[in-house]
Amino acid sequence: MRALLARDLRLAVRAGGGFGLGLAFFLIVVVLVPFGVGPETAILARIAPGILWVAALLAALLSLDRIFALDHEDGSLPLLATAPLPLEMLALAKALAHWITTGLPLVVAAPLLGVLLHLPGEAMPWLLVSLAIGTPALSLIGTFGAALTVGLRRGGLLLSLIVLPLYVPILIFGAEAARRGAEGLPAATPLMLLAGIGLGCAALLPFATAAALRVTLR
Amino acid sequence: MPVLTGVSFRLSQGQGLVLRGANGIGKTTLLRTIAGLQPQLSGQIAGAGERAGYASHADGIKPALTVAETLRFWADLYRTELPDDVFELFDLENLRDRPAGTLSAGQGRRLGLSRLAVIGREVLLLDEPTVSLDAFSVKRFAAFLRDRHLARGGIAVIATHIDLGLDLPVLDLTPHRAALEAQGGSDEAFL
Repeated sequence: MRALLARDLRLAVRAGGGFGLGLAFFLIVVVLVPFGVGPETAILARIAPGILWVAALLAALLSLDRIFALDHEDGSLPLLATAPLPLEMLALAKALAHWITTGLPLVVAAPLLGVLLHLPGEAMPWLLVSLAIGTPALSLIGTFGAALTVGLRRGGLLLSLIVLPLYVPILIFGAEAARRGAEGLPAATPLMLLAGIGLGCAALLPFATAAALRVTLR
Repeated sequence: MPVLTGVSFRLSQGQGLVLRGANGIGKTTLLRTIAGLQPQLSGQIAGAGERAGYASHADGIKPALTVAETLRFWADLYRTELPDDVFELFDLENLRDRPAGTLSAGQGRRLGLSRLAVIGREVLLLDEPTVSLDAFSVKRFAAFLRDRHLARGGIAVIATHIDLGLDLPVLDLTPHRAALEAQGGSDEAFL
C-alpha cells in the first residue's frame, strides 16, 4: 500500500499530475468572493465559514475523476487489481493520496484565506479542525464515486451527481462548526457528528469502492 | 453471456500453452477470467489466483515515472527484490533514467514485459505480449520465457498470433466458441 501511495504522490507532484489544481481553485474562489459580495467586513465575516467550506468541497470535487481514470486509460488498473494488494487497500491508498494532494493543502491554506474574508480570529482553529476532520471524508466518498464511474464516457458529470448529495451532510456540519466557532458558541456537537461521518466513511467506503471496482473491471 | 464453452486444460510446472483463435473469439476474456478479473459463468479454475501475474495488451506505464522507478514500484508492490539483470534481459540498460513517456512503442512494451521478471509470479497470463516488438526483441522475450520462466518451473498461458519459436502446445479456441446466434454473432455489440 505504501508503494502505491508513494507512486501516486510522486505522479501528482510531477508535471501534469494535477497537484495544486484544487488549491489554486480554492484560492481563486475565495479571492473572488469579496469582489462579488462587496468589501463590507460584517457581511464577509458572516458568510466566510460557508464560503470556505463550499470552496473546499468544490476544490475536492475537481480532481476526483482523475483518481482512477488515468489508471484506467493506461491499463494500470487491471495490473494493480491482480497485484497482491487487496482492492480495499488500493481504495484506501487512492483516497489517502487524493486527500494528501487535495485536502491537506486546503486545510493548511484555509486559515490564511480566512483572513481575506475577515473571518474572526477565534474561528480559525474551528475552521482548521472542521476541515481537517471533514476533508478525508470528502476524499473517501469521492474515491467511491470515482470507482463507480471509471470507464464511463463523460463520467465526470455523473460522478458529481453521485457524490455531491453525499457531501451535503459534511458541508452542513463542517460549516456549522466553523460558524459556531466564529460566533463564540460551543462547536463540539457538529464536530462530533462530522467525525462520526468521517469514521463511518473510513470504515465502510473502502469496501464499497472495492466492490465497485470489481464490477467496473469486468 | 457466454463467450467460450467447454475450454479445459491443465498445465504442470515448466509448461506453457499458446492460445490461438480469431480476433474477438475470447482469448482476452479467458486470460482475464483466469487472472480473476472477472468471474467465470460456470466451471472451475484452480491454481492461478494468487500465483498468477497478468499482462494485458496495455502496459500500464506512467509517462512521468522513469524506467527504473516503474520497475521499483512493481517490485515494492509485489514485495519482491528487483533482479539485477532485469534491465539487461529486456535491453533497458540505456533507458533506466528515461521518463517512460519518452519511450517508443516498442521500448514501452519491453518495459511493460520486464514487469513480469520483477513480480515473481509462477503463472504468467500474457495477452499479445509481442505487439509492437521488433523481431530481435521478440527473440529476447522468448528467451526470457524459456530460460528464465519455464526453465525455473513457471507456467505461461500466452495469447498470440505470431510464432514465438518456443515449441509450446497450442490450444485453438475456435471449436469452443459459444453460440451467439441471438446476438448476431458479435460480442462487441453487447459490450
